Amino acid sequence: MHRRISEYIIESLIRLSGFLVIAFVFLIFLFLLRDSLSLFKEYKIGEFLFGRNWLPISEPPKFGIVPLFLGSIYVTAGAIVICVPVGIAAAMFIAEVAPTFLKNILKSLIEILAAIPSVVLGFIGIVWLSPYLKQTMGLSTGMCGLTGSLLLAFMALPTIISISEDALVGVPRAYKEAAFGLGATRWQALWRIVLPAASPGIIAGVMLGIGRVIGETMVVMMVTGNSPVVPTSILQPLRTLTATIAGEMGETVSGSEHYFALFAVGLVLFIITFIINFIADSCLRRARK
Amino acid sequence: MVKETVIKTVNLNCRYGALQVLKDLNLEIHRNEIFGIIGPANSGKTTFLRALNRLNFLNASYSQDGEIFFADKNLKNICDNILRKRIGIIFALPQVLPVSIYNNIAYGPKVHGIAKKDAIEQIVEESLKKASLWDEVKDRLDSPAMKLSGGQQQRLCIARTLAVEPDVILYDEHCSGLDPISTAKIEDAMQQLKETYTQILVTNNTKQAARVSERCAFFLMGELIELDETAALFTEPKDKRTDDYITGRFG
Amino acid sequence: MTTARMREKIAFFVLGLITLLVVIPILMIIFYIVKNSIGSISWEFITQSPRNGMKEGGIFPAIVGTIVLIIGTMLFSLPLGVLSAVYLVEYARDNFFTRLIKLSVVNLSGIPSIVYGLFGFTLFVLFLKLGTSILAGSLTLAIMSLPVIITATKEALESVPLSFREISLSLGATKWQTVRYCVLPYAIPGILTGTVLSLSRAAGETAPILFTVAAFYLPRLPRSLFDQVMALPYHLYVISTQVPNIPVSISFATCFVLIGLVFLMNLVSIILRSHYRKKKLW
Repeated sequence: MHRRISEYIIESLIRLSGFLVIAFVFLIFLFLLRDSLSLFKEYKIGEFLFGRNWLPISEPPKFGIVPLFLGSIYVTAGAIVICVPVGIAAAMFIAEVAPTFLKNILKSLIEILAAIPSVVLGFIGIVWLSPYLKQTMGLSTGMCGLTGSLLLAFMALPTIISISEDALVGVPRAYKEAAFGLGATRWQALWRIVLPAASPGIIAGVMLGIGRVIGETMVVMMVTGNSPVVPTSILQPLRTLTATIAGEMGETVSGSEHYFALFAVGLVLFIITFIINFIADSCLRRARK
Repeated sequence: MVKETVIKTVNLNCRYGALQVLKDLNLEIHRNEIFGIIGPANSGKTTFLRALNRLNFLNASYSQDGEIFFADKNLKNICDNILRKRIGIIFALPQVLPVSIYNNIAYGPKVHGIAKKDAIEQIVEESLKKASLWDEVKDRLDSPAMKLSGGQQQRLCIARTLAVEPDVILYDEHCSGLDPISTAKIEDAMQQLKETYTQILVTNNTKQAARVSERCAFFLMGELIELDETAALFTEPKDKRTDDYITGRFG
Repeated sequence: MTTARMREKIAFFVLGLITLLVVIPILMIIFYIVKNSIGSISWEFITQSPRNGMKEGGIFPAIVGTIVLIIGTMLFSLPLGVLSAVYLVEYARDNFFTRLIKLSVVNLSGIPSIVYGLFGFTLFVLFLKLGTSILAGSLTLAIMSLPVIITATKEALESVPLSFREISLSLGATKWQTVRYCVLPYAIPGILTGTVLSLSRAAGETAPILFTVAAFYLPRLPRSLFDQVMALPYHLYVISTQVPNIPVSISFATCFVLIGLVFLMNLVSIILRSHYRKKKLW
C-alpha cells in the first residue's frame, strides 16, 4: 500500500512537470501581455507601433518603437547577409569535403564558438573589433550597427552550421550515387542534388540562427552605440529592441509608463521569436519526413 | 480425470489499427500442461501470447475485444503488474539487462518487495537450478550477463521469470536463435518445470512442438484451425491445411 | 582536366577558404584573450574581493556568485526537465496536450534571454516577492535552461532499447518501477551531458540575471538565498562598459576566468559523453 501511494505521488509529479512546461510559456506571455496592456490604457497602441521617436524621459514621453525595430532589422539583416552564405558554405565543406580528422577538428571548434558567452564577444567587440573597424574604414565611431552585425553573424554560425550539416549528411546516399551514375562530379552532385534535398533542414537552421540574432542582447548593447534614432545606415550607432530593455529597465520605476513600455517591447520580441521558431520547427519536421 | 482450466479465451479478436490479427479465438489451456502453438509467420501466434499478459497494449495502435480468463478471473479485472507476475514470458531473442547475472534475476523479486539479501540470494540460486544454469554460472554470478552465450542467456531469462514465481510461462519462439545443443538443454529444463508450471510454447519449428508439447494448436491467418493432443495432431491431422503445414507443403 | 573537374577543384577550394574564415577568428579570439590576460591572472585575483572601486583586487565574489547560480539553476531545472522528458517519452499518449508540451519546449528554446529577464523580474522578483535574489535569478535561469535539458533527456530516454522496458514490465514491475530501474539508469550519461552543457550556457548568460539577481558591486559573499550576488558575466559587462578607468587587464582577466569556467564545463560534458560511449553495452 505504501508503495502504491509513493508511486501515485511520483507519477503525479511527472504529469505536473509536463504541465509546468506549458504553463511557463503561457505565464511568460501573460505577464508580458498584462504589463503591455497597462501601457496601452494610457498610450495609443498605434503610436507605440508606428511612432518614430523613442523618448522615454522627455515630457510628454514618446514610446515609438520604429527606431528600435529598425535598429534590430538593420543589425539582423547585416548579420544574415554575412552568416547565411558563410554558414552554409562551411556546413557544405564539413559535410562533404573535409576528411574525417579535419571534420572532427572543425566540429570541435564550432562547439567552442557556441560555448563562448555573448558578453565575452561584446567585450571583444569593444576592445578589438570596433577600434579596428573605426580605423580601417574611417568611421566616426566603431560603435555601430556593422560591429554588431559582424559579432552576431559570428554568434549565429554554430547554429546554422550544425543544423545545416546534419541536414546535408541526412540526405540519402542513393541520391548522390544516382548523380555519380550519370557522370556528375562530387561538386555537381553536392550543388544540384544534395543541397536542394537538404534545403528544408538548412532553412530551419537559418531561421533558428536568425532567431538567435534578433534575441541577442549583450553584444548589441555593448557595441552598437545605443542611439535610439531611426537608423539610415548600418555604419551609424543604433539600438535594438533587446538592448533597449536591458539598458533602460534598471532606470525605470516599476509601474510607470516607461516600465510598461519596456514590457510592450518584450512582447513584440516574444511574438517575433515565436513566429520564427514556429516556422523553423515546421521546416525541421518536414525535413525529418 | 477432468483437467483444471487455467486460461480460457472467449471470442477473442485482436487488431493492430485496422489490421485484424486474431479472429474469434476460443480455446482453453490446462494446468501443468505444455501447450504448443504452431503456424506460419503472421498467423497471430505471438499476438496471442502477448494478449495473455497484456503486453500487446504497449503498442498504442492495439485493440482487442472478447474475453480472456485467467484462473476464472477476467483479465480486465486484474492489475497489469500482478497479472504479469503470474504469467511470465520468454522472448524470441535472449533479452538480458546489461547488469550482472545475479542482478538480472534479483530484479524481479526486488520490484515485488523482497528486500532481504539472503532471501534474494536463495531465490537466485533456486531459479538458476530450475533453469539448469546453476552449475555453469555459480562461480561468476557477478559477471555481466551479456557475456554469456546465447543459450545460457536464454536459460538466464527463464530463471529470471521463475524468480517471480509465476503460474504460467509463455515461450515466444524462444529457441529460434539457438543451436541444437542449447535448444536441447532448454527443452530438458522445460520438462523439469512441468510439475510446477503451465507452459505455453509458440514455435515455428514444428519438430520442437512435436517433441515438447502435450497438446498443440495450429494457427493460420489469425484463426485456430485445429487443436488436439500433440500425437494426434501430428500423426492424423483432421484438417487438410494442418497436414500441409506439418508436412512442409505450405508456403 | 575537364572543365567540370576544374570547377569542382575551384568550388571546394572556395568552400575551404570560407570555412577558414569561420575558424580563424575563433582561434584569434581565444589567443587574443589568453595573451592579454595571462599576465594578470594570479592566485590573488581569483581569491580576493575587488577593491578601490573595482580597479584593484580580485573577482572572488563574482566567481562564487556564478557558482551559486549554477547550482541553484541545476536544483530547479534538472528535476523539472528530467521529469517532463520522462512524461513525454514514457507516459504521454499522442494527443493535443502532448503536442502542446512539445511546442512549448520549442518556444522556450527560442525566447530571447532578455525576455526571460523581464519575466523573471515580474514573476519572481515582484509578483512572488522574492526580491532581487539568488532564488529569483536561479529560477529565471532554470526556466531558460529547461529546453536543452528536456531535449537531451528525451534523446537519452529514447535511445534506451524498448526491450529493457518489456523485460521489466513482463516481470510484473509497475510503470514507474520500470522507468526508475530499467530506463533512467541507462539514460543518465545523456542526461548529465545535456545538463552540464545547458548549465555552462546559463553560467555565461547576462541578460536574464540583469534585473533578477546580479549585484553591481557587492564585495562579500552571499549569506542567504535572498541575497544578491555578483556574477562573472555581469561583472565583465560592468567593468568593460559601466565604470570608467578600469585597467583593461582586469577586464581581460575576468574574461579569461569566465571563458575558462564555461570551457571547463563543456570539457566535462565532452569527457562524460565519450567515457560512457565507450562503456555502452547494448
